[in-house]
Amino acid sequence: MDPAAAKLIGAGIACIGMGGAGVGVGTIFGRYVEAAIRNPSAAGSQFTNLFIGFAVTEALGIFSLAIALLLLFVF
Amino acid sequence: MDPIHQFEVTNYFVFAHIGGAELAFTRSALFMLISLALIALLMIGATGSRAMVPGRLQSVAEGTYEFVASMLENAAGPEAMKFFPLVFSIFMFVLAVNLIGLIPYAFAVTAQIIITVSLALLVFLTVIVYGLRHNGVRFFRLFVPSGAPVYILPLLVPIEVLSFFTRPVSHSLRLFANILAGHITLKVFAGFVTMLSAFGFLGWAGAILPLSMTVALTALELLVAVLQAYVFAILTCIYLKDAIHPGH
Repeated sequence: MDPAAAKLIGAGIACIGMGGAGVGVGTIFGRYVEAAIRNPSAAGSQFTNLFIGFAVTEALGIFSLAIALLLLFVF
Repeated sequence: MDPIHQFEVTNYFVFAHIGGAELAFTRSALFMLISLALIALLMIGATGSRAMVPGRLQSVAEGTYEFVASMLENAAGPEAMKFFPLVFSIFMFVLAVNLIGLIPYAFAVTAQIIITVSLALLVFLTVIVYGLRHNGVRFFRLFVPSGAPVYILPLLVPIEVLSFFTRPVSHSLRLFANILAGHITLKVFAGFVTMLSAFGFLGWAGAILPLSMTVALTALELLVAVLQAYVFAILTCIYLKDAIHPGH
């Protein structure tokens, strides 16, 4: 296979990982809204935890994006 | 049309040569100085009058101060307030640099991985140095979760050590990749506008779609810029908590 084509296909495959992070971030925000509707008075206190969970989950998607960018622009 | 072109660091003038490397005043340095000047102007200028009933600018300055102070106290406890200058500087710097980077033709400093890695390593080394000085050997209890059964510790401790040492990687990559990806997406959609408008009148009509998409994406990037500054600062608070109270 042409190395340039293989590089592009690899970058595309690496981006699939971001879908998993999308599911995770959606779950976090969805559950937060669900809980906030049930108990609005406790919603504010969990705001920090919401963003910590978001940041940690998002990092995994960012890693696959970084691999894709590395394949595209560095190699 | 190259979406990566905007991240190119150009030298304005070179003031020294050390070995083979040149020490230059770059576009990156210029925009960092601009954001530093803006922060100083906001914080010093707005609080200079010290009015009892704050005006608009003074409210902004006091609001950000109280926001970061309450964030640090909630996340890391009142003992962590000695790190307030560090956390506040990091938050304001990342916020200002992110927001200035969104202005067309401006340079996104946080889309340079060297900047985010230096910020993350600063936090990481602060945690290690302060943690070892303040707690001594007890700092290593950070790697031994309390309450875990002894027979799974051989499995758990390497995982904890690994997760501790990959922190600066994820801490820096998150900010870097978010800003980088956002600016590339903006540039790609802006590129669609110019490409379509080359096709005459129908192209002009069609270019409205990517143009409105660019406007919407700019709004999203504004959210991301503020959110990532917040996330970077809150993670700094969480990591500092480990330095002050390891093993909790």
